[in-house]
Amino acid sequence: MAAARTLINVPPKAKRGDVITIRALISHVMENGFRHNNMGEPIPRDIITSFVCSYNDEPIFEATLYPAISANPFLTFYTVATDSGTITFKWSGDNGFAQEATAKITVE
Amino acid sequence: MNGKLIALGFSALVAAGAIAMAADIPLDQRRSSYEDMSRDNKAMQDDDTANPAMLFVLDGEALWNTKAGASGKSCADCHGDAATSMKGVAARYPAFDDASGRPVDLEQRINISRQKNQQAEPFRYESREMLALSAYIALQSRGEAISQYDDPRLKPFIEKGRAAFHQRQGQLNLSCAQCHDDNWGKSLAGNIIPQAHPNGYPIYRLEWQNLGSLQRRLRNCMTGIRAEPYPFGAPEYVDLELFLMWRARGMTMESPGVRP
Repeated sequence: MAAARTLINVPPKAKRGDVITIRALISHVMENGFRHNNMGEPIPRDIITSFVCSYNDEPIFEATLYPAISANPFLTFYTVATDSGTITFKWSGDNGFAQEATAKITVE
Repeated sequence: MNGKLIALGFSALVAAGAIAMAADIPLDQRRSSYEDMSRDNKAMQDDDTANPAMLFVLDGEALWNTKAGASGKSCADCHGDAATSMKGVAARYPAFDDASGRPVDLEQRINISRQKNQQAEPFRYESREMLALSAYIALQSRGEAISQYDDPRLKPFIEKGRAAFHQRQGQLNLSCAQCHDDNWGKSLAGNIIPQAHPNGYPIYRLEWQNLGSLQRRLRNCMTGIRAEPYPFGAPEYVDLELFLMWRARGMTMESPGVRP
């Protein structure tokens, strides 16, 4: 699969000053690099190493991911709804992995 | 004397087992293993943006609309919108296949259609493609009642599946029924023994970190009792799947489910 599937949960509408929950799920094997295949050869590490969430281009949440994170990482975090705009999600990792997703939010 | 006591105890156990084994679980006492999950795992299954199986469903939807094989046709070219054409389909599989004269499960039906109608290579069992497409099709039956028991041609195969369910096997010499009919709700190494209803397949199992088919789960149980699993696609699995669906008749489909 060329692009990794993502599922984003951002409330489409919020009141200014509200604390909102953001959930981001991405499809990734998160191969930890410690396993061997049936022939006894090591399976090279292939993980997502970093995640950044930006709210109108301002980073609001960052995470560094390690081999112990399970496949299809699911991150939940909170922020304060300040302005209408775009929330951007960026994942990057081994073997040049890069995936982006966006969600719109209207703040009243 | 000790030997006698043990023998007595053993025959009492056998007698108790015989009584308990006499009947299937009463229909109104059946429950989905969803009920035994933690609040967090339930929340994961209930929310389509949190359920990792939905990542596979997105792939499955893409496959549904992708042209494949020498025919140059996609699933959608014949079946149209899956939301209407595939509604309730997974809830009545395995179903009887006229060509082979025996039941086939959903995965086999997908491959029959790929080979016959699309003239394409069949998908490998447990491949990402097979799991994705079967999850997408099974999703269209979510909320439907399991209903595949009226075809009279299935009856002998349901009986075969029932026999397999009650057959002791493996080094531990256990049958499926000994855990899932006689001892459901009790603990096995910290886990609650489920009734083994196939109403959420394919499931995203957290232990697997992946989506998996009912056959993978059956193999898992067989390895657990130290029996030798059949190869994927074996008719023994399909008979057992059929019996399990019959046993869960009327229960609500949850596919694609999440399980610990």
